[in-house]
Amino acid sequence: MRARKQNRTMEQIHPLTLLFAAIFTNNILLTNFLGLCPFLSMSKGKKTALGMGAAVVFVMASTTALNNLVHYKILIPLELEHFRYIVFIVVIAAFVQLVEMTVERFFPPLYYSLGVFLPLITVNCAIFGASLFMVIREYNFVQSLAYGAGSGIGWMLAILTISAIREKLQKSAKLPRGLEGPAITLIITGLLALAFLAFSGMIRVQ
Amino acid sequence: MPNRPGKKDIFLTGLWKDNPVLRQILGICSTLAVTNLMVNTLVMNAGLIFTVCMSSLTVSLLKNYTPMRIRMMVQTLIIASYVIIVDILIRAYMPDISEALGPYVALIITNCIIMGRCESFARHNPPVASLLDGLGMSLGYSLVLITIAFIREPLGFGTLLGFRILPEGFVQWTIMIMAPGAFFTLGFLVWIFKYFQPRNEGKETK
Repeated sequence: MRARKQNRTMEQIHPLTLLFAAIFTNNILLTNFLGLCPFLSMSKGKKTALGMGAAVVFVMASTTALNNLVHYKILIPLELEHFRYIVFIVVIAAFVQLVEMTVERFFPPLYYSLGVFLPLITVNCAIFGASLFMVIREYNFVQSLAYGAGSGIGWMLAILTISAIREKLQKSAKLPRGLEGPAITLIITGLLALAFLAFSGMIRVQ
Repeated sequence: MPNRPGKKDIFLTGLWKDNPVLRQILGICSTLAVTNLMVNTLVMNAGLIFTVCMSSLTVSLLKNYTPMRIRMMVQTLIIASYVIIVDILIRAYMPDISEALGPYVALIITNCIIMGRCESFARHNPPVASLLDGLGMSLGYSLVLITIAFIREPLGFGTLLGFRILPEGFVQWTIMIMAPGAFFTLGFLVWIFKYFQPRNEGKETK
């Protein structure tokens, strides 16, 4: 939290740095705990994880950039910052609905493989969280786009890794009672978060 | 509904039997992050309890006037309004804690528990029962988070609520205040809970 204060006084961070920081050092799932619910329920198979991950990358990058525009071009001039939570949620929901309709109309095969994950994304806290962090850390438009894309990719990376581990685990391991399912997934996620801590010396953004 | 469960049962189900975190693994995203300090956890939980109770009550009161098709949007707006109230209150009276909590207060909006209770319970039940259900669920949820904070803060800082409870010479477990510590603690809690759960269910057939 102290780091966030310093961040405000820091000069503009390069968008590419931000992209890599969001993927590795400040992974939205492993350091900010966002998007855990779909993470735990969707990580049973690699295929589902990939679909969900791809949908998250796309929606997160677009909505973070979109909300940046909405916040600085509409809400601030009108002095409606207090309503930003409601506005962000509505923007995300509307965007997801729009994408769903477009994909269904023009790319039916994509809809059948990806479309099922789209409605679930509206309630994914990582998407909303990325927009909130964007406001708190005062990113500009390009930075928001990079941050959104990076966070999405980071989330996808985490869910893919976990789903691969879980698939292997299901075939080979015999777990004690009560440990199977969410408990072991949480502990593996902890180990993964520990592994990602090793990246933290690489880039200093926060 | 013929045999509606008693008010006490509604309350207790959420508190223990169907504990939202341990049993359903729901809504951990937004609050796990603040469990490294007990003060933050308590404030966050107070906000959550208020939001869950009030939005369950409101959804239940409005259930006959809400069109089915747009009910999700209406529920989200109700929840968001209460969260904004909580956010403004915390910012006004506890600025330090508000700074520390960052975007996580706003993330209560996307907490799956609130939406889940509105959707599965408050929508079909009278206001008082909904209020009690919300209270039970959110208290059950708070209980788990307080337990996690109770483990993490002493091990990570050697303090509890800011008071030193472990001797000065105690080597602090830095890992406990970072993300992996939260994952491990929750993972082990779920494991312990699941280990004892089936046995309880077999014995008492309420």
